[in-house]
Amino acid sequence: MSAKLSPRQVGDVIVVDVSGRITLGEGSSNLREGIRGLLTQGNKKILLNLGEVSYIDSSGIGELVSGFTSVANQGGQLKLLNLTKRVRDLLQITKLYTVFEVYDEEATAIRSFV
Amino acid sequence: MGEDTSSETRRVEKLLDSVLESADDAERAALETARELGFPEDDQHKIGMAVREAIVNAVVHGNRYNARKKVHLAVASGPDHLAVTIGDEGEGFDLASLPDPLAEHNLLQQSGRGIFLIRAFMDEFEVRRRVPGGTEVRLVKYLDKKQ
Repeated sequence: MSAKLSPRQVGDVIVVDVSGRITLGEGSSNLREGIRGLLTQGNKKILLNLGEVSYIDSSGIGELVSGFTSVANQGGQLKLLNLTKRVRDLLQITKLYTVFEVYDEEATAIRSFV
Repeated sequence: MGEDTSSETRRVEKLLDSVLESADDAERAALETARELGFPEDDQHKIGMAVREAIVNAVVHGNRYNARKKVHLAVASGPDHLAVTIGDEGEGFDLASLPDPLAEHNLLQQSGRGIFLIRAFMDEFEVRRRVPGGTEVRLVKYLDKKQ
């Protein structure tokens, strides 16, 4: 199943529940279009909940990085929530774990936005 | 370092189209053999991911989605290892010219992590020219991780 994005508003933060596979093709383009759409609507505080992401490849990692820089370039923040062990491992070996702000609890993540 | 096929106990070859869906076929073929060999689940995940990355490289960068070009897949098993060979019919590439995705100035690049991940997940990774043309990569994973 390609990545599916379900955004919801929590205060002034948009939490995006992402599920499925983020791989080159439909999965990565869904993520790209989803983040682009949120930015177009003026949302600059974005929390990606990746708890239900079953698989991510190098293209998916690239889309996360691209989303991170796009949001930052608009003066916003993109943070990550609920990484599975495999996604966490991938971000660690690619040295991206320290680039992203990563949270295990949604409430803590929401409070971290300024 | 050449391919030693003398210790192979099983070999499956497939000719795949230059489409992204070929990654699914290749992953399935590799995982079927990996399961038969008794690779633990975590290693199966790494093998599947490495094979997908290599197929995507062959389709996107090698064959450039050209419908007339094929991706050549061979999955071979020996008593202690799995070897996957993936060939394209493209122009070839220089491994040494690929940027280091872990370099500070490359960390936020959108692409360039595929071969890095293959190397991280497999025990051996070789690149060579195919005859008559194209690039061939060989990925090997040992049942007891080679130190």
